[in-house]
Order: sequence, then C-alpha cells, then structure tokens
Amino acid sequence: MAECRKNAQLMHNYLDGELSSNEQRQLKAHLDACKHCRQHFSELKKTIALVQSCSHIHAPEGFTERVLFSLPKEDKSVGVQRWLRKHPFFIAAALFLILMTGSLFSNWQKETESFAFTKYDNIEVEDHTVIVPEGEVIKGDMVVENGDIRIEGEVQGDVTVIKGERYMASAGKVTGEIEEIDQAFGWMWFKIKETAAELFK
Amino acid sequence: MELLVQRRIKQVLKGDQNAFGEIVELYKDKVYQICYRMLWNQHEAEDAAQETFIKAFINIHTYDTTKKFTTWLYRIATNLCIDRIRKKKPDYHLDAEVAGTEGLNMYSQLASSEKLPEEALESLEMQETVQAAIYQLPEKYRSVIVLKYIEELSLQEIAEILELPLGTVKTRMHRGREALRKHLRNM
Ligand SMILES: [Zn+2]
Repeated sequence: MAECRKNAQLMHNYLDGELSSNEQRQLKAHLDACKHCRQHFSELKKTIALVQSCSHIHAPEGFTERVLFSLPKEDKSVGVQRWLRKHPFFIAAALFLILMTGSLFSNWQKETESFAFTKYDNIEVEDHTVIVPEGEVIKGDMVVENGDIRIEGEVQGDVTVIKGERYMASAGKVTGEIEEIDQAFGWMWFKIKETAAELFK
Repeated sequence: MELLVQRRIKQVLKGDQNAFGEIVELYKDKVYQICYRMLWNQHEAEDAAQETFIKAFINIHTYDTTKKFTTWLYRIATNLCIDRIRKKKPDYHLDAEVAGTEGLNMYSQLASSEKLPEEALESLEMQETVQAAIYQLPEKYRSVIVLKYIEELSLQEIAEILELPLGTVKTRMHRGREALRKHLRNM
C-alpha cells in the first residue's frame, strides 16, 4: 500500500511532465504489477481528457462595446483644460463668483486644504507624502487628502487620493480600485487664482 | 502578438481608448472562458470578465511591460473570480443548484428547439457533467485546473498568475485532479 502511495505521486508527476526516465521505468513496473494503480492511472487520464474536451466558449455578443462604454471617460484634467480654453467666459464667471463669495471660499479652502490620511501602523509619512514601504501590506482602504501617496508595498483595498498624486513603484500593488479626485478642480482653482492675480496686478 | 499588444498598451497609456478596444477583442474569449469555468453562470461570468478589462484599463500603468501581458491580465481575472466565489460561500449549495438549473435550461431548450442528434445531446450532457465537476472543486483547485486544462497554460505560468510557489501549484493540481477523478471516473 505504501508502494501504491509512492506511485500515486509518480503518476501526478508524470501528468505534469516531470518524470525522469528512471522514475518512468519505476512507474511502469508498478503499473504492470498492480491492478489497483492501473485503474487509478487510467481514471486520471480519462478525467483530464474529459476536462480538455470541454468545448471552448466565446464571450457574448457586444462584449467589447460594453467594456468600452463602461470605461472612465478620458482624463478629466485634459477635458477641463480643453473646455476652458474654448470657454474663456467660464473663467470670468467663476472669478465673479469668487469675488462675490470671497470669504466663504477662503474659509472653505482653509478647511479643505489640511493634509489628512487613513492611519495605519505600517505606513510612513514624509512631508505631505504617505509612503507604503516595500514589503508592507495595508489591509483596508486608504484615503489621502491634500497630499501624495507612494506605494512600494501592497494595499489590499481601495486607494483614493483627493487633490494629490499617486506614485506607484513597480513592486507596488493595489488590489482594490484606485481613484484620484479633483485634479481637475485643483487645476481650475489654480487657473482662477492666476487669472485673478493678473487682473489685480 | 505580444509586440502588437505592447504597442497598443503604449497608446492606451496616452489615453487612447480605441487601442484598448483592440486589446479587449484579442483576449475577451480567453478571459470570459476563465470566468465562465470558474463561476459557471453566464451572467456572472460576463460581469467578472467586464470588470477584468475595466480594472486592467484603470491600472494599466502598473503593468510591467517586461512581463507577459496575459499573465497580468489573467491574474486580474482569477482574483476577481476567486473574490466572487468567496463572497457567495454561505449559499454555496443554493448557488450550485441555481447554476445547475441554468445549465439544464440551456440544455433542455437546445434539446427541444433544435432536435439535436443523439451524439450532440450526449456531448452536451457530458459537458454539463464535467462543468459541474469543475464547479464543485474548492476555488484553489478550480483555478489551477481551469488554467491548466482549459487555458492550456504551463505550471510556471500558472504559478506567476496566481502568485504562488511552483510547489504549491503542483500540490493543488494533484489534489484537484484527484477530486475531479472521484466525480468523473464513472462516466
Ligand atoms: Zn499500486
């Protein structure tokens, strides 16, 4: 029986294409002598043949179109830049809004510009950049606000960067969704401030 | 093939969604097939396959162009399927039944509407039985069996897709084959 167990291992190694010629001889000798293992071996081969005979199936009709339709629309900041270039009036209107609600806006700005992030024991922080060090695994979602994140290790969850940048080391890994929010807003805000500065020069 | 794909990926990185469409066209059948064999439900398989490509598009900058593209793509697909399987674990049996019914419906529909010849019917029935046997495997055996015998990938490639040591893949392959044998030996 111990002999049969050893041969079961040989059978599987054979099926994986990893048997030396010496081992092949051993297996063959045992199969010739043992009816039980012969049966076992032929059942294994039959099983594989059955699985391989599964006919190949195709993706449903319209699959590619549905994927393309679900993709995030083109890079938002590119879109906003192009749109603003075509609509200078928008900048003027936005400027008017800022002047009207100046105090409101600056308050809001103060409130939202502080650097914040989800705390984990194994992350490092270097002025406004959260670092997931190599070899470290974050178990959960990660949100960074008004700062950047550099991923050298692994995040087992979603990563959201609000008004910041995400750098991914080649070894870095994120198992969930990655989202960068408000790059477009950041850019717009910058542009509006710039325009205002020029106007008041 | 890989060269063409690398060129398309460069275009995708520049934001060209049409170039991504070509990548989807090239691999949709393979990815859908993995998902279908893992989940045994057409609707769920399409969902998972769609999600695979969307995720690939969003994370394309994390793909290391010195590695094989399909390894990276299939990793996304198998991870998504395994996640789905784990999430629905509690009603595993219920799902197996539902999935089985779906298969049966397809089978009976085909059988009644087209009056298939005996042989084709038998082969359809056999396919259902084989798929059912694959489906009852625990997910860690199911993934290696599907990648090896349906997608015809090497053990080394499977190890890279699943990010497992080669030895672990071999062990799972052995156990998966034994579990399948118990279900299929009397066919
Ligand atoms: Zn024996």
